[in-house]
Amino acid sequence: MKKNKSVILSVPYILWMLVFTLIPLGVVGYYALTDPDTGAFTWSNMAQLGTYLPVFGRSIGYSVISAFLCLLLGYPVAYYIAHRGPVAQKLLYMLVMLPMCMSFLLRTLAWVGLLQDTGIINTLLESVGLARVSLIRTPGAVILGMVYNYLPYMILPLYAIIVKIDGRLIEAAEDLGCKPSQTFTKVVLPLSMPGIVSGVTMVFVPAVSTFYISQKLGGTEMLIGDVIERMFKQGNNANLGAALSLLLMLLVFVCTGIMNKLTDADGEDRVVV
Amino acid sequence: MRKLVCVLAALVLLVSGVVPAGAVEGNVPQGSITLNVYNWGQYIADGSDDSMDIIAEFESRYPNIHVNYSTFDSNEIMYTKLASGGVTVDVIFPSDYMVARMIEEDMLLELDFDNIPNYQYIDEDFKGMPHDPEDKYSVPYTWGTVGVIYNTKYVDEEDLIGWELLWNEKYADKILMFDNSRDAFGIASYLLGYDVNTTDEEELRHCADKLAEQEPLVQQYVMDQIYDLMENEEAWIAPYYVGDYMTMAENNEDLAFYLPENQGFNLFVDAMCIPKCAKEKAAAELFINFLCEPEIAAANMDWVGYSVPLSAAKEYMDPELIEDPILYPSPEVQSHGSAFANLDPAVTRFVEGLFLEVRIRNVSNDGMQMLVRWGGIALAVGFVAWAIIYGIGRRQKNIRKK
Repeated sequence: MKKNKSVILSVPYILWMLVFTLIPLGVVGYYALTDPDTGAFTWSNMAQLGTYLPVFGRSIGYSVISAFLCLLLGYPVAYYIAHRGPVAQKLLYMLVMLPMCMSFLLRTLAWVGLLQDTGIINTLLESVGLARVSLIRTPGAVILGMVYNYLPYMILPLYAIIVKIDGRLIEAAEDLGCKPSQTFTKVVLPLSMPGIVSGVTMVFVPAVSTFYISQKLGGTEMLIGDVIERMFKQGNNANLGAALSLLLMLLVFVCTGIMNKLTDADGEDRVVV
Repeated sequence: MRKLVCVLAALVLLVSGVVPAGAVEGNVPQGSITLNVYNWGQYIADGSDDSMDIIAEFESRYPNIHVNYSTFDSNEIMYTKLASGGVTVDVIFPSDYMVARMIEEDMLLELDFDNIPNYQYIDEDFKGMPHDPEDKYSVPYTWGTVGVIYNTKYVDEEDLIGWELLWNEKYADKILMFDNSRDAFGIASYLLGYDVNTTDEEELRHCADKLAEQEPLVQQYVMDQIYDLMENEEAWIAPYYVGDYMTMAENNEDLAFYLPENQGFNLFVDAMCIPKCAKEKAAAELFINFLCEPEIAAANMDWVGYSVPLSAAKEYMDPELIEDPILYPSPEVQSHGSAFANLDPAVTRFVEGLFLEVRIRNVSNDGMQMLVRWGGIALAVGFVAWAIIYGIGRRQKNIRKK
């Protein structure tokens, strides 16, 4: 009885998935395998993907680094918030959420205003007699943009997991003679693994396909999201764009798969990032 | 009977509306209408800087028509949006080669020139042009040249030897470049002495090589972002359309415009057309007619800053603009310019592919280096952190065991 009800309740979403996820995915696949002019079946779009592999490499590189930095920055914050009183927790949680209430585009543009050669930071430096530094249009600026924009996606799942860790387990570890560092590596870290995995995934996946951040904060180099956007928006080559999207999707699956595998294999004795 | 005629006459007068003196117009469509106008950014006077707000003016003259105005960055973006379908646009402003392409692909409606009586003011030079030889689909809106905008504070006069300025290493990272393949390849072919409308793969590849040579010096590939970057002196050198230079020069006096006459340059006409997806053809024609009204065109072009193809408008315009040789170059100078022709879609796609390759060609080295360098650092830091924490733990365990 209960089972039947849940099936009925899930019908709307299953329908939604079918119409707006699976069918479009089929359309993407269809485009990827057809010729832009004739519409005939062809492998040529797939054959062209090789040219863009270095761009995929760059996108993945940037996103791995961003996810790692987000974890380094986010974990202590999540841990800190999880160990405050209930009121402080709510307040801090809200502070983490706050930037997300503002438009993503606006926040990225604000960084442009800060970092550019004639921007706020350089104007300040100049006014105190220091030389200008080139901050914008560097790989570091793009990674900064990614870390800044996606950090909340790391902190929130981490916090949600850490706050649920049973305090008695920590006490038990201490009673059994664990030093604080041991308590952390043997108890807290393994238990927060699910949060780490979902946090890293939630940073990595949007970062790898981003295009706006690199257009605003990056120089002339493109990320794979830029290439795909261009194919659709002005290249008038939706077919190659579709092929690129498919490959990107595949790579994302592989990357998250590897990560899940690594963390599942031996979560207890190993720290995998 | 007589009464009836009077009433009818009165009705006809009412229906035809109140026509402002001097303006000629065709049929005014009735009923509440939304007119979708799709134009380049910064390409119609909007009321700023004491200009006339053209759209508001149009709406106040025809209160039953509401203009829904949106903008695009390049011909290619506009084309792709229309070609992918699902949109309603009534008036577009493509450049010459794009008009030809859209005519060829049957994307434009034939205009009813009875509804555009102001077409009579268009100069003869702009009629029967190669992109629309029979003048059936387009009405010229502006014309102009593509040259190099540079900042006189930073750029030496002696470096103005031609399009080479955009390849000058002295100004590395201060050079902007077109973010559309047609204009970018146009510049490369002028520099290399090829025909701008070449479809020869070998020549196009040479152009791509030339552009790849330039890539390390380019700060950014841009379209409309150019305004901020040049006005704030974030960049010093950029190729762009002359009319937009006029706008930028108003905000930064140090900007100047340079036309590499000897190597050749793009001479373009932007036109007004009605695409097949239009729903309000009569209102669209009314809008086009409105923009061709000499006084309106004059007020519009005073702000837009491009050259006007209606000599009748010039008498209402700022005389300084009319006499500016940058805006209205002599016939001698104009003879060095050339127009972009419509290229075969396969060639266009080939060029677009080459342009993307230019943009990503240097990735293979630096992207991988980046990955190795940063990835390596990140992993090393992670490993050290893990080793310290884990090692301390182990040692404690061993001590306790002993």
